[in-house]
Parts: sequence; structure tokens; C-alpha cells
Amino acid sequence: MDVKASLFPSAYDVPAPQGAEDWKSIYPYYMQFQPSRRETEDQKFWFCNSQHWPTPFKPFDCVMVEFATKCLGQYNTRHLLVPPANGVDYRILNGYVYFSPIGVEPSKIEARIPEFLDRAGHYYQNWDSLLANWKKKVLATIDELNALSFEALPDVVDAEKVKGGVGLDPTTDLFATYDKAIHLCYVTWQYHFEFLNLGYAAYLDFFGFVKEQFPSIPDQAIAKMVQGVDSELFRPDDELKKLAKLAVELGLVDALNTGSVDDALAAVAAAPNGQKWLDAWKASQDPWFNFTSGNGFYSSDKYWIDHLDIPMGYLRDYIQRLLDGDEIMRPTEKLLSERDRITAEYREMMDEEAQAVFDGKLGLSRTVFPYVEDHNFYIEHWALGVFWRKMRELSQLLADQGFWQNPDDMFYLNRNEVRDVLWDYSSAWATGGEKAGTDYWPAEIERRRKIVDTLAAQPPIPALNNPPEVITEPFTIMLWGITSESIQRWAQADTAGDDLQGMAGSPGVVEGVARVLRSPDQLGELQKGEVLVTPVTAPSWAPVFGKISAAVTDIGGMMSHAAIVCREYGLPAVTGTGNASSRIKTGMRVRVNGNDGTVTILDE
Amino acid sequence: MGDNLYTLDFSNIGSADHARVGGKCASLGEMTQAGVAVPPGFAVTTEAYSAMLDHHGLRDEIARHLAGVDPEDLDSVDRAAQAIRIRIRSHRLPDEVEAGIRTAYAAMGEDMPVAVRSSATAEDLPDASFAGQQDTYLWVKGADDVVSHVRDCWASLYTTRAVAYREKNNIPHIDVLMSVGVQKMVNARAAGVAMTLDPGTGDRTRIVIDASWGLGEMVVSGVVTPDNYSVEKVLEEIIDRKISDKHVELVGDAAAGEAVEREVEDARRKVPCLSDAEVLAVARLAKRLERQNKCPQDVEWAIDADLPAGENLLALQSRPETIWSQKKKDKPKSSYSTGMMSIVGTLNNPYGARS
Repeated sequence: MDVKASLFPSAYDVPAPQGAEDWKSIYPYYMQFQPSRRETEDQKFWFCNSQHWPTPFKPFDCVMVEFATKCLGQYNTRHLLVPPANGVDYRILNGYVYFSPIGVEPSKIEARIPEFLDRAGHYYQNWDSLLANWKKKVLATIDELNALSFEALPDVVDAEKVKGGVGLDPTTDLFATYDKAIHLCYVTWQYHFEFLNLGYAAYLDFFGFVKEQFPSIPDQAIAKMVQGVDSELFRPDDELKKLAKLAVELGLVDALNTGSVDDALAAVAAAPNGQKWLDAWKASQDPWFNFTSGNGFYSSDKYWIDHLDIPMGYLRDYIQRLLDGDEIMRPTEKLLSERDRITAEYREMMDEEAQAVFDGKLGLSRTVFPYVEDHNFYIEHWALGVFWRKMRELSQLLADQGFWQNPDDMFYLNRNEVRDVLWDYSSAWATGGEKAGTDYWPAEIERRRKIVDTLAAQPPIPALNNPPEVITEPFTIMLWGITSESIQRWAQADTAGDDLQGMAGSPGVVEGVARVLRSPDQLGELQKGEVLVTPVTAPSWAPVFGKISAAVTDIGGMMSHAAIVCREYGLPAVTGTGNASSRIKTGMRVRVNGNDGTVTILDE
Repeated sequence: MGDNLYTLDFSNIGSADHARVGGKCASLGEMTQAGVAVPPGFAVTTEAYSAMLDHHGLRDEIARHLAGVDPEDLDSVDRAAQAIRIRIRSHRLPDEVEAGIRTAYAAMGEDMPVAVRSSATAEDLPDASFAGQQDTYLWVKGADDVVSHVRDCWASLYTTRAVAYREKNNIPHIDVLMSVGVQKMVNARAAGVAMTLDPGTGDRTRIVIDASWGLGEMVVSGVVTPDNYSVEKVLEEIIDRKISDKHVELVGDAAAGEAVEREVEDARRKVPCLSDAEVLAVARLAKRLERQNKCPQDVEWAIDADLPAGENLLALQSRPETIWSQKKKDKPKSSYSTGMMSIVGTLNNPYGARS
């Protein structure tokens, strides 16, 4: 047999960054490439999921990797029996997540088809009623999360409780509340995937049909035919635009431009008409400020509702643009008629039989597509936002108890270690003795902080081992844009000239100065007219799209949130370049060609 | 304009007139009336040609020349064809025909430079590209020259090739009539051809544009390698562009009353002859003409240097694309899969994994 050198390195041959040699000690054993399993692990192809986890994560944040990936799998493997695809296996290497799709043994695919037809068919047929029920479930879960509260243990148990014969102490509730928070997070992630794979499957079917009719049709044209204009994902940004308009109408521009958020709100309160605006500002927050500037997967995500300076900054930008005479509202009527025009013109070019099939597939895609966009608001932005807030409250409480220094240090512990700390705290409280963790954790957290920071300084290797002949796993293609072609691109990336090849995410050609951002915390560095270059963008970055001239990402398929928002905002975008954020440096002039998916470095 | 039996302004050509003005003028008439920017002009109708034949007894004369011709013997065809062309050219036009042409030409403005082109009637067309072989005279100025070039066009019905073709296909020569178009000359800064499908693949989602400096004849005849653009038809976006070295251009020489070929200076040779906005304007024009004519089109266009930006794109001709449109469709698919089974098929073999 012909033994070929692997296209990408083995996980076992990738060295740890200097200063982070101990990185494995902070992550769970089942997410690691275990030395004893080298032979089987090297057989598989792994790609770095930097679309969802662009930077190394802290030990607690593992909970999102685990829940998300497990729940993605359960629907393929156990609920719906997607004929060719089970779930996705996941590992961690130098702080980055690597995925490897698990196919179904070819001989077993046939037997799953009737089950899939029955189960998935039921969802497609009852989509609207099942989805209405889904919303109810998710909102109830959010309510439950909101109701959670962590309280410091009292000096003594309340006398009423003692005399009432309850016979239990408040540590019982402390454990229960923590367990419930993790449980609700887990439930949330299961709901996240209840409809998602089905949505993608229907869209892929439509996509494949249109591509067969028109092999050269741009991916974005197909997406435009199904995209809605009133996705709830756009609401937070739309709310800010409405607030900006109202501020101008009510003559509150100067007041809102006063100092800090508190200063500005006080100035508005003091102005005539101010209360009307404050009422609107308050009304917008619930639920629309449950919106992260990241993607919901990191404890470091900043949610608008917790950091009002973020929406206030965007609001001030919008006010300025209104004063400059810009039209800031999204032209929804125009977008809708454009969608209809595009659909009709392609349809006209088909024969009659194809038109009938097209109508059926388009109809289903348009039914399922709103979920593909909207779920993101309910889950990542809203439910997970509440979860992270509750966890931060707990971290603060334990910091107050002396376990660590900084309010958010808890996230350097994994979720099971947090439970250990709760035990340490409860036990010492009960015995009247000393907590052990107050001596143990500060030094350990420092050690871990250094590891995470060191890992973050080094970009990931895009993939491991050899790719299969062809990538066939449908969700890998759909979600991550990973095809046999894109893998070849990554492998060649180091040797290529000044051109980077990616996907034509959104049309147009623009030249400009690059701004490389690796985290949403850096969004403030963006200057008007710059080209945003980043591992991945999140839809919550929407307000910055009014400032930039184009976007370039390392990873992203046709349905990546980045591509959706760029098309919506009419900005050229090239997604899935593999390594633009490493090869391009801030200040370089680049040309972004969203028509053919190339990025050219013009000068350095 | 003083339309009469022998001339008909483009703006007055009705659908009932198509047989008497030929394909090219009919298309110019339709475009003019649909509001497409087309250089103004008029058709010299087939009645004018008939009157010419009748007035000089040319029908019998043509028949006599052709009587002894052996269609297999190209030399004999050539001799007969040449004799007929000489006979046609040696006669004056009937007075009323000539007066009609002079009146219509005068109405275009004093000594307006024009293009005089034959506009054959459909029966004579083996394929659309054949029409392009017939005579075209550019930058013609003055009524005398216009009249004489109209006659030259008539004579071009009897080129060796045309005669041989009709002989071979048993088309009675005398039944084939010809109209002539007289159209205001475009002062083309750049010009070319747009096809509303990709001629290489038949892909109907593309509009492919060839463009070069000066008049479009250089593009059509293949003397220059034009700039080439591929535009996505629905999204109206430029997908692909190849800028070529365009070494010569054909431009009008008003003094000489003809179009002359000249070298393009270095500074312009390798730069795009169209801005992106102009490329898209050409694509939209072609798309509009395809929609109007309800089939893929082959459009000749020009950017007029004398007109203001935004109004300077002119359609010169639009005709059905013939190559792909005549190809038999691939055998129909066994039938498309639909519903859940189609989704299963997609999952088992997603598009990105198909070869």
C-alpha cells in the first residue's frame, strides 16, 4: 500500500507552546488526545473549529464545547437517525477545539432511512406548531435561569426554619441552585439543536438542486432567495437605530453625548422629553439587550445588558450618522423585493418541471430558514447570557469568600471543580473550620491564567492528519464550509503568494486598510472605512458593519453568521480564508474581492 | 419623418412591417419603440428593391445569368454572381425611390454621417451569422454616397457565397428581397458584443461581454482580442474580467467619409476600455433585450463619445443567440427527486461532495 505523508501534522507531534507545557492539566481527559489512543486518533481527520471557538478557552468554558457538540450529535445519532451522519467527535489541542465528523457505517445507512423519514418528516410537516412549542420551552427555561439566585451562607440558620422542622441548611439550596444552572444550560443546548440540523438539511437540499440547475450560481444568490428580512437576530441593532432616531427627534443629542452612560442617562432625564426616551430605552432592553458582542460560548462574553456602554457607543455612532444625513434603517421593503426579483429571475430560467420542484424546495427552505437565524438570539444571546450572568454572580460570591481575587476567576476552574469549591465552602461553614481553597486556588488560578494567555498568543493549526478523499458529512459542509477544496487551500496557505483564497461571502470589491481583531473586546479599535480581518465575526457585531468597508474571516461557510450579516449590510466579504488573520497585519492595504473570494495584500 | 412606400423611420416600424424591412431593421424598430437608446435612422424597404428590379427589368436579366450556372462549379457561380452585381450597380435608382431616400436622409440632419447596412429578410438566412457577412458601410456622408451604398447593399444579395447557398438549398433567387438600414453613425469610444449566455458553456446565468476601443467591427471580425467580462445575470455583478492588449481600433474619419483603422497608443492598449459601471450598464441593456425578445440575445452596442455619461450607451443590434438556443436540450432528467426522499439523497450525497 502506498503510504503518503500526512497533509497535516499528527496531534501527537504538535509541541505545546513554551510556557504552556502543562496545558493538558486544565482540561478534561476525554477531550484530550490520549497517548494510548494514538493509533486510532491518527487515523481520523480533525479540523480546528475556530469558527465557534476562535481563541483558547478557560476550563469552565469547556462546558459549552461539551454541551454544544454532544447535543449536535444526539439529534443525528439518536433522535432523528440522519442516515449517513452521526455526530462530531471533539478534542482539544493547545487550547483549540478540533472536530472530526463520525459517519455511519455504509451498511447501516439503509436501515436508518425509514426511521429518519418518520421522525424528520414529522418535524417538517408540523414545523410551525412544534416551533411554537419550542419557543415556549425556551422562554420557560430562560425564566427558570433568571429565577436562580446564589446567596452567601448566613452566620446561623434562620430560627424560623430551625423551629419549623425543616431539618436542612442553606448549603442544600446552594448545591441545588448550582446543579440546576448547569442542568438548564444543558437543556438549553439540547433545544438549540432540536430544529437546527433539520433546517440545514432542507436548505442543503434546496441548495444542491439550484446548483445543479445553475452550476455557476454564487452561493450568496441561493442564500438570498431564502433569507428573511425580519430575523429576530437583527432586532437588537434595529432597536438602537430606532432609539437613535427618537433621540434626534426629541432633541436629546447633546444629552446622550454627555460623558459615561450614567452621565448621559442623567442628562436625558433632566431634559424635556427625556422621560419618553428613557422609557423607550428601558423597553428595548428586555429582551433585546440580551445580546453578546461575542458568540455566547465564552465566559468573557460581554452582554449589552450588563455593559450598557457597548450599546451606548453604537447608539452614539448611529446618532452621528443620522446627523450626517445617512439613512441608517435597513431598507426592508427593498430587501424583500430584491429577494423576490432574484428568485423570480432564476426561476424563469428553469424548465417547467424544474420550476415545480424549485417551488416545493424553496417553500420548505423558507419555512425552516427563520429558525436557522432566529435560534441564535434565543439561545446564544438570551438564554446563555442569563446563564453566564448567574455564573458571574456565583464567581463574585466565592471571591467574596476569599477563594480568589478577581470577580471572574471562577472560570479558571472546570464545572466540577466549582462544585468542589462549593463543598469546601459549605463544609468549612458547617464545621466552623477553615476553607482549604482560599490557600489553594489563588496560586493555581495564576498558573492556569498563564497557560491560557500563552495558548492564546499562538494561532491554531487548521487541521490534523489526512483528510478523507471527499468530505461528505453534510453539516460539516454546511456549517463550516469545509470541503475537499477548502482543505487543500489550508494546506497550501503557507506557500501561497500575496493572494488569499476564500469564499465569495458577499459581493463587491473594496480596497482599504486592514484592522486585525482577535477578540470582540478589540472592536473599539476599529476606525471608519477599515477592512475588518478576524478569525470569525459574530452577528452581534452588526453595528460595526456601518463603520467598516469589508470583512475577511478565517473560517466560515455559506451560512456562517458572518456571511449572513455581511450580505444584509451590503458589504464585500471573503470568508473561510484559513489564515487571513495571521497573514494580514493591522495597517496593511488589502483588496477584498467578494465576487471571486480573493483577498490581495497590496502593500505592507 | 416623411415615411413613404420606400422608406420607414425606425420609430414607425410596426410588426406588420417586419417582412418589408428585414430582421435587422425590424429589431432596431422594436428597440426604438421600446425606449431602448438606439441611434436614429430609417429602413429602405424591400419595395424599394423591388421597384429597382422592376424598373430596369432586372428580374429577367438575373434569371438569364443564373440559367446556365452549375451549382457545383464555383467558378461559374462566381462569374454569374459578379455579372449580376455589376448589372445592379450600373443602374440609377428609380426616381421616386431615390427621392424617398434623399428625403429621409435629409431629415436626419445635414450631411449626417451614417452607417448603411443590409437588412436581409428572414427567408434568406441559413443562420444569423450569415447576415453579418453582408455589406456594411460605415461613416457614409452625403446623399449621393448614401444612395449609392444602398444600391451596393442590394448588390450584395448576389455575392458568390449567397448565390451558391441558394442554389444548393433550392431557394428561388428572385423571391429573396432585401431591405437596407440607414442609421446615424455612432462616434464609438468603445464598443462590442454582449451575449446573454456564456457562449462557451451555454450558461444562462451569465452575460458575457467583449469590448474594445472604437467601433465594434474590430471585435466582431476578430481583429483585436477584446476585453472580456462575465457578469452574473441576476445579481448583476462582474464575476470575471480579462483585460487584453487592444492594439488597433476602427474610428470614423469624417473628412474622408469612412471608418479608418488606426493603432491604439500605448497608454490605452492594456487598460480596460469600460468602467465597471459601464460593464454593468451593458449587461443590463442585454438583459433587458433578452427579456423583451423572450430568448437569449446577441447584442451589439457602443459607448458614444459625444453623449453625456449615463446616456451614452447605445444598442446597435439585437438578435437571437443561435448556437446554444438551437442545441437540443439534454435528454430530460429521469425526474427530479422531491420531498423527504430528496432530503435523504442530499444528506447521503451533499452538493459540496459531488464531483
